[in-house]
Amino acid sequence: MRFAVLQFPASNCDQDAVHAVRVLGHEADYVWHKETSLGAADAVIVPGGFSYGDYLRTGAIARFSPVMGAVREFAASGGLVLGICNGFQILCEAGLLPGALVRNRSLQFRCEHVFLKTATHDSPFTRRIPPGKVLRIPIAHGEGCYFADEATLAALRANNQILWQYCSARGELTDEANPNGSLLNIAGICNAGRNVAGLMPHPERACEPILGSDDGRFIFESMLETLTDRARAKAA
Amino acid sequence: MTEPAITPELVAKHNLTPEEYAHVKEILGREPTYTELGIFSVMWSEHCSYKNTRPLLKTFPTRSPRVLVGAGEENAGIIDIGDGLAIAFKIESHNHPSAVEPFQGAATGVGGIVRDIFTMGARPICSVNSLRFGPITDEKSEAAPAAGESAGESAPTHQVPAAIANNRRLFAGVVAGIAHYGNCFGIPTLAGEVYFDPSYEGNPLVNAFCLGVLRHEQIARGAARGIGNPVFYVGPATGRDGLAGAAFASQDLTEESAEQQRGAVQVGDPFMEKLVCEACLELLATGAVAGIQDMGAAGLTCSTCETAARAGTGIEIELDKVPQRAPNMSSYEIMLSESQERMLIIVHRGREEEVKRIFDKWDLPWAEVGVVTDTGRMVVKHHGKVVADIPAKKIADESPVYQREALEPAYLTEVRAFSLAGLADLTEPEDALLRVLAWPTIASKNWVYRQYDHMVRGSSVVCPGSDAAVLRLKADSLPELRSDRPVPEKFLALTVDGNGAYVYLDPYEGGKIVVTEAARNLACAGAVPLGATDNLNYGNPMNPELFWQLKESVRGLADACRAFNTPITGGNCSLYNQSPAGPIDPTPTVAMVGLIEKPEHITTQWFKDEGDVIILLGEPVDTADPLLGLGGSAYLQVIHGRKTGTPPRCDLETAKTLHTALVGLIRTGDIKSAHDCSEGGLAVCLAECCISRQEGRHTPRLLGATVHFETACRLDALLFGESQSRVVVSCHPLHATRVLERAKLLGVPALQLGTVGGGHLTIGTPAGGLTTSIEELHDVWWHSIARAMA
Repeated sequence: MRFAVLQFPASNCDQDAVHAVRVLGHEADYVWHKETSLGAADAVIVPGGFSYGDYLRTGAIARFSPVMGAVREFAASGGLVLGICNGFQILCEAGLLPGALVRNRSLQFRCEHVFLKTATHDSPFTRRIPPGKVLRIPIAHGEGCYFADEATLAALRANNQILWQYCSARGELTDEANPNGSLLNIAGICNAGRNVAGLMPHPERACEPILGSDDGRFIFESMLETLTDRARAKAA
Repeated sequence: MTEPAITPELVAKHNLTPEEYAHVKEILGREPTYTELGIFSVMWSEHCSYKNTRPLLKTFPTRSPRVLVGAGEENAGIIDIGDGLAIAFKIESHNHPSAVEPFQGAATGVGGIVRDIFTMGARPICSVNSLRFGPITDEKSEAAPAAGESAGESAPTHQVPAAIANNRRLFAGVVAGIAHYGNCFGIPTLAGEVYFDPSYEGNPLVNAFCLGVLRHEQIARGAARGIGNPVFYVGPATGRDGLAGAAFASQDLTEESAEQQRGAVQVGDPFMEKLVCEACLELLATGAVAGIQDMGAAGLTCSTCETAARAGTGIEIELDKVPQRAPNMSSYEIMLSESQERMLIIVHRGREEEVKRIFDKWDLPWAEVGVVTDTGRMVVKHHGKVVADIPAKKIADESPVYQREALEPAYLTEVRAFSLAGLADLTEPEDALLRVLAWPTIASKNWVYRQYDHMVRGSSVVCPGSDAAVLRLKADSLPELRSDRPVPEKFLALTVDGNGAYVYLDPYEGGKIVVTEAARNLACAGAVPLGATDNLNYGNPMNPELFWQLKESVRGLADACRAFNTPITGGNCSLYNQSPAGPIDPTPTVAMVGLIEKPEHITTQWFKDEGDVIILLGEPVDTADPLLGLGGSAYLQVIHGRKTGTPPRCDLETAKTLHTALVGLIRTGDIKSAHDCSEGGLAVCLAECCISRQEGRHTPRLLGATVHFETACRLDALLFGESQSRVVVSCHPLHATRVLERAKLLGVPALQLGTVGGGHLTIGTPAGGLTTSIEELHDVWWHSIARAMA
């Protein structure tokens, strides 16, 4: 499979995303933000970083980049799009995902391993995660507090759009386990069409045992299985 | 615009002595212009010229077969790591700017050192820092005042809450500034150290280190080569910020100077730096670049005359072409501005289009501002007039050099007179251990490193919190190059160390300990040292007693570097570190980099499994030391409120034998953990082995231990003495006998101390002992700084 990894000015997890895809035995290409086409991509990753230096608001300028037009079209036609950290912020700013990410409750940047509970396995991003498995994946952000109004939260719940929530090592959704004050301990969500997802933790930093965790693989493997299924369906 | 007339007062204001000014006139054969005066002032500041330290720096070992670019040759040294790969690294201070404006001061400190690394053609992949602040807790009210406390030892004065609040403000600001710059740039801040001591009050230390990686053929040079080649300015426009920051860094810090010099603090933009870095690496890969240099200290001045001096050429620039942020800037201001994220690039004639194409792609400003000449002179034109015309080599390489007077400080008599005779032995060891673990200098620094992105770039194998950090090098760590040669994975260990109290109490031994501890930390990770970079932070060199500290400690650093075969590949001197309250403790910090042969040799400090055997490598206590390792110890400072006594002696042969043996044992595969014994002694070392493993947020993995010593010794010295050359290791019980035997064969004393397991740390000795729950130990150690900063 081929992943397109977007590059905005000051994306800084773009290489890590490409590396993770290659570790999983697949291909990844960088797509410069001034491009208007995604090429022959099977899926898109909007990587982490500080696109445009986080000026104005995180992700607020990146959403105007020419490449985002192509991402919109790709998403509208059902393509899988995963936004990680700053990528999640960009997807929210672009309106491809509901809600917003605001300053951490601590008002400080946080980098540490957190534990994630998978709220639903019914998505192209979570289907391969073993039931009951608590994922251990690092975060690194200053503005990762997920915020949305009551109606949006209700819709997220009703449609099963919450994918991951911060939890303790034992899988309990506690306030202490929440590193940034996100509502409902939300770490990641998907859109109503279930083909666009965003999360603040960095699964691409957790794909090799030497880095202390390879739990992030389950997320990419979920996407890959979905893509394989689609390719098979298309061929059939 | 009329320029001020050159008067003796104006010369003095530029920190040039009458003799130096006479030398300036001799070089020029006339009176300097105002702009030239400014140029000489910054180029001959200590920060740029090392005029007070050069004779001392020459005593460092700087060569080894691995050194590709040595100290002082370029912006950073480069070391061969095999397979055609190399690393560039350097440490640099940003102390005075951080004292005045902690956030921007520290942020631009990171920016400056990162630029030094990509200027060499290397991709910056790891950042490290060493920080010093005044106390952030009210230590005096907690420490029991010892009987017979005498004047002459550096008894810190009582901390008033306002001073503590200010120390906290500086600490929080510096950490946030480093986090801001490094996180946005996308470089993992992987290791560091922080000490808190009254001597740093009002004059914090911020030493930032960066490491980059490249192939041998990618080494770029800061030389203006090729007569007729165009000179490009790239990066953001020049403003009035950071005017003459290098000169500011070379004076004592007073309240008045801090206020006046606030404008000398630069403002950093890590977003811009990231773009400039990527664009420069992309441009370097084209082969169009003849020379490249960052505009750091002394900005456009330093980059033009140094590149010309290195190449033996001349350089001519027109200031009207320099992008400017403020209207009506004078030539003096443009030449001395330290606006950040700017680079000077000399391009092969005919390949200008490539610069334009790449910098346009990254939406970065660029301008062709000058040309390389054969005159050997640095010529600066502004509004059609020549405003500076100076022989480049003379200003860059012929700065004055001073042999300063050195006099042994009087306070050392008192320090050496200190003995344990009047010091009652410990009666409440549990309480003492908790207090020492909670002392911010010893407590976990998670409050700091959790604000740094230490995992970006996906190569952080051992994160902050062990003796040394471990970084993986992989293909995408390197700058791009059209090459099909495979890049083998490599593993580097990094550490930075520098106990200023030891150096204050005995500069020579203290200097040796700084290097030795760094080497020991690397050995604990399973690494063999490759080289080191030093940051010399001292007081005013004109004070003979302070210069003696500098001279003696450099002798110690150099001797130790020779012992461990670790050349110094570059570094930085920061003198004049004193506030109205007095000078800082002499604080050399040394960042050392080592290579780990195979991933399976990577070793961390925490205990791994219940039932493992705990072994001490080295003697439990140095009985030849009359103070039994308690001189200058954390224990004396925390429990008795005294920073005195001759620090532990550091035998370099013993240390070398230990490090070699330890790495040898690690390579056999028998060692499951290794932790060096330093501040806080064996008790703190053992406690950290039990409590320092963190699985995730609010989830430590605690493992107790029970150990017993047969050594007859004072309890305080055995638990908290800081005798050198000791490491606590653990191994599977089936391997204990052969670890002990091998250690002895390798010439290292080895003692089986006990076993890992349970919910307590229990230490037994003939003079008494302690038992404390590991939850309690973890709680005070892990949360102490966060609680102080809450």
